Amino acid sequence: MKTRRLAPALAAVVLAMSLLAACSSNDSTASASASSEPPGKDSEKVGFIFVGPKDDFGYNQAAYEGSQAVAKAFPDMEVLTAENVPEDDSATRVMESMIKKGAKVIFATSYGHLDPAIKVAEAHPDVVVVQQGNVINGEPIDNMGTFFGTVYEPVYLAGIAAGKATKSNKLGYVYAFPIPQTIDNIDAFQLGAASVNPQAQTYVVNTSNWCDPAKQAEAAKSLLDEGVDVITQHQDCTSTVIKATEAGGAMTVGYHADASSLAPKGWITGSEWDWKDLYTDIVKTAVAGEFVGSKYNANYRVGLKTGENPFIQSEYGPSVTDETKAQIEAAKEAISKEDGSPFKGPVIAQDGSVLVEDGVVPDYATIEGFTVFVKGVVGDIPKS
Amino acid sequence: MSLALVVATGAVRGGTSILFAALGETISERAGVVNLGIEGSMLCGALTAYAVAAETGNLWVGLAAGAIAGGLLSLVHAFFVLNRESNQLATGLVVLFLGLGITSLFGAAYVQADVTAMGSWDVPILSSIPWIGEVFFQQDPITYLSYLAVPACWWVLFRSRWGTLLRAAGERREVLTTYGHPARLIQYVAVVAGGMLGGIGGAQLSIGYTGAWFENMTQGRGFIAVAVVMFANRMPFRVQAGSYLFGAALALSPALQARGYSINQFALDAAPYIVTILVLVIFGRRKSQEIPGELQKVFEIAPAT
Repeated sequence: MKTRRLAPALAAVVLAMSLLAACSSNDSTASASASSEPPGKDSEKVGFIFVGPKDDFGYNQAAYEGSQAVAKAFPDMEVLTAENVPEDDSATRVMESMIKKGAKVIFATSYGHLDPAIKVAEAHPDVVVVQQGNVINGEPIDNMGTFFGTVYEPVYLAGIAAGKATKSNKLGYVYAFPIPQTIDNIDAFQLGAASVNPQAQTYVVNTSNWCDPAKQAEAAKSLLDEGVDVITQHQDCTSTVIKATEAGGAMTVGYHADASSLAPKGWITGSEWDWKDLYTDIVKTAVAGEFVGSKYNANYRVGLKTGENPFIQSEYGPSVTDETKAQIEAAKEAISKEDGSPFKGPVIAQDGSVLVEDGVVPDYATIEGFTVFVKGVVGDIPKS
Repeated sequence: MSLALVVATGAVRGGTSILFAALGETISERAGVVNLGIEGSMLCGALTAYAVAAETGNLWVGLAAGAIAGGLLSLVHAFFVLNRESNQLATGLVVLFLGLGITSLFGAAYVQADVTAMGSWDVPILSSIPWIGEVFFQQDPITYLSYLAVPACWWVLFRSRWGTLLRAAGERREVLTTYGHPARLIQYVAVVAGGMLGGIGGAQLSIGYTGAWFENMTQGRGFIAVAVVMFANRMPFRVQAGSYLFGAALALSPALQARGYSINQFALDAAPYIVTILVLVIFGRRKSQEIPGELQKVFEIAPAT
């Protein structure tokens, strides 16, 4: 008896969903018949989507704070934000609904938001869509672009601090997925550590999830059991690993945000985001109608060399010596120069082959194309 | 620590949240109600425990509140299933999403709250036993509660008058009613008690060992619990063993990686689910006769008319 009731209910749900889908696709075709105005011009609203909660002590919190800086810089502008937007068609729907509300500038702030962002940009030539962290293959269309900071630079500097701090010469890195950003970070961290401590090795553990606290705690525990005494991470929510590290008496290198309050004893340093200026400038460019052909209408990357890296080094913890600080300053100066880079050759890959030839300074695209760990990293990149 | 020891301690640490949820599901299913919303109860428990602990500064008050929150959510399931006779599977999913939604909404304010987890409390004497002491008696106190909850659950279900009534409600509700027992009330109590255990499982995650609350932090552990209950055939001690099996599968991947073993990690991540399917295939059919009568009705597919 009971099971028979399920069928009509399910049918109704399916019907309702397909109706919804039909509605939203109608919307997009309707608004696609756009005017000849430059994309984003005179927009009165700007939309931001985040993959996680806006107060995650991490990536999303930083992006959210950036969006609030935009609100402050443009008092007349309405800033629409949406948290916990998955990296699939729901992102398309959320962006569509923001556009329907009048937003002509959209920030898709997660790596996996790229495909939905491209879809939305193609459907709405009058809307500027910028994506944070991913790379568009080839030339982006007129109303689209990606932007990011050279995240590996402050991570390299933090690696120096970790290399100096470790006593067991074992560093730990908890990460989620082997995306280019993460591989670069792990490599840069190890290169930084090895530059001051040739014995240092980085043990990597992945969680296959941006935020699964129980898995993170387990990962940190496993690393601590292995004798690792400095742990860093690339996760969206960072507090669990930091708390576990502090409780285990080990030291922390932060990522995404200044979480020194969670590790009063073990905090060394870290890297954190500051999107205020970049977000504001992108919005300014778009609203002025100057987006097309601008530096943002591309795969825009900023770093120490351009002097406006949105990814900066966090404050030092109490245990960092002046000698270490001086070494980090020197390294920072070296990699800020035109012929400097954390990846300046020779860089040897994990398997002993040459990743970057002696004396070569790889460009950003090359670095984002790395698919291997460097020598000194312990662990494999998961392959399917 | 040896690899086996790391995995074994990880199995208990990571399996306990699953164990509580699975115990709750066992009680509920013994009374003839499948509660797929147990994951929602875990989420409610995780958030409420964390939030109350943050507000009061007392982890034990938090734990109690988490249990109550888990029970309240399962009360919704009980109402629709028992009073409105709605489909148990569909209602369970709705309740799960209700729990997910509520906790996302009210949880946002507590993501940044700073609660220090209970952490491990070594049990005097017992914790110094080699191996067993390290695996079982250097854990968080909620884990120790589970050592009491499992035998208690078994005793209540199979040795007490209460358990007899509860299982009778799960087998033939109308017989119980005929003899003048409040069958529906018994089922209500079972479902709500199950939800409370689920809530404690969630609380173990948030205030027992990670010291964090994040949206959807249970990440499917409630569903694993439902699978554990099926292959453990609703027997508390087997449920305990099954939960630790999953805990071990979860702990294996980081333990191997931290030692630098090169093993396909995607395969390792899939291990818990492959274990579920294998065990269901192996044990599933053989045990079909032992499914409580009222539960069989839930899974029966009525022929189209």
